[in-house]
Amino acid sequence: MTALAQQNDLQARLAEFGRRHPKIDPKDLVDVVEAIMTSADGDLSSVNLKLYAEIEQLAVYIQRAREEIACLRPDEITAEHIPVAGEELEAVVGATEQATNTIMESVETIEGLTSQMPQEVSEQVVDAVTQVYEACGFQDITGQRIKKVVSTLTQIEEKVHALLGAFGQDGQIEAAKARAAKTEKPKTDDPPSDADLLNGPQMTDNAISQDDIDALLASFD
Amino acid sequence: MSAVDMNMPILIVDDYKTMLRIIRNLLKQLGFDNVDEATDGSMALQKLRDKSYSLVISDWNMEPMSGLQLLKEVRSDGQLSGLPFVMITAESKTENVVAAKQAGVTNYIVKPFNAATLKTKLSAVIGNF
Repeated sequence: MTALAQQNDLQARLAEFGRRHPKIDPKDLVDVVEAIMTSADGDLSSVNLKLYAEIEQLAVYIQRAREEIACLRPDEITAEHIPVAGEELEAVVGATEQATNTIMESVETIEGLTSQMPQEVSEQVVDAVTQVYEACGFQDITGQRIKKVVSTLTQIEEKVHALLGAFGQDGQIEAAKARAAKTEKPKTDDPPSDADLLNGPQMTDNAISQDDIDALLASFD
Repeated sequence: MSAVDMNMPILIVDDYKTMLRIIRNLLKQLGFDNVDEATDGSMALQKLRDKSYSLVISDWNMEPMSGLQLLKEVRSDGQLSGLPFVMITAESKTENVVAAKQAGVTNYIVKPFNAATLKTKLSAVIGNF
């Protein structure tokens, strides 16, 4: 904007201000602004320089943070790690519930047989059965705790997602590049290492059955 | 000491089926066999309005209607307001106990609990058995 255009713009604004606030004289306002400008005049250029320097530093800092975040591969956290952790925890809840029901069923059967036992034995068995019932409460308690952890995971997922959003598409592209660079391993015919093979129990959806394993083993014979 | 009716209808409320099963079994051991179940507050309220119960044993942490909301509904219902209401819950912060007391809970048992505690608290509510 040229100096003339700036002046015209300022005059138009002052006129608008005068219309909106008829009690205040725009001339007074001009006086105030002029007073501020005069008092700041000496410092203005050095302030500008300092400001530019700080903005530049900030830009460098943001760029570095962006690269670091890209290296952390946040897209993988939301796309893979957290969902997998959630599924594992759900599987824990499912497995403990199933096991608890089986334990209780068996114990109920034992309790049903106490009427056929000698009095003294029956009393001891009932006491033991009671302790099993009490202990089975673990399923409810652990279930509630795991539910809390799952909701914490969901919150982390949202935060990471927001972070990814804040850094825009570029951040994700950089992350993808970083990943591509990292995963490009030289191809060899070496069998997977022991550590590579340790994955823990599989989810029922994609787990292979004992029959599949038997068939696989038989195929080597 | 008034005799306790061992055949009194009892409603137990918990969203964990295993916990319902545990409470039912422990009640059976104590001699109470007339037990119905609900898996959340609104289902419990429906059952309480459909049939006359002598005792409610409820968890707190349930959706859509929590145990505390159920307690408040029971206490503000002319037909149900006098019903003995025992909370058996893992929620054990002081503020929980205070809120439950203010809402009119009859007794409060914290999970995990044992059979002896259950018997003591129930005796305090319905009399010795």
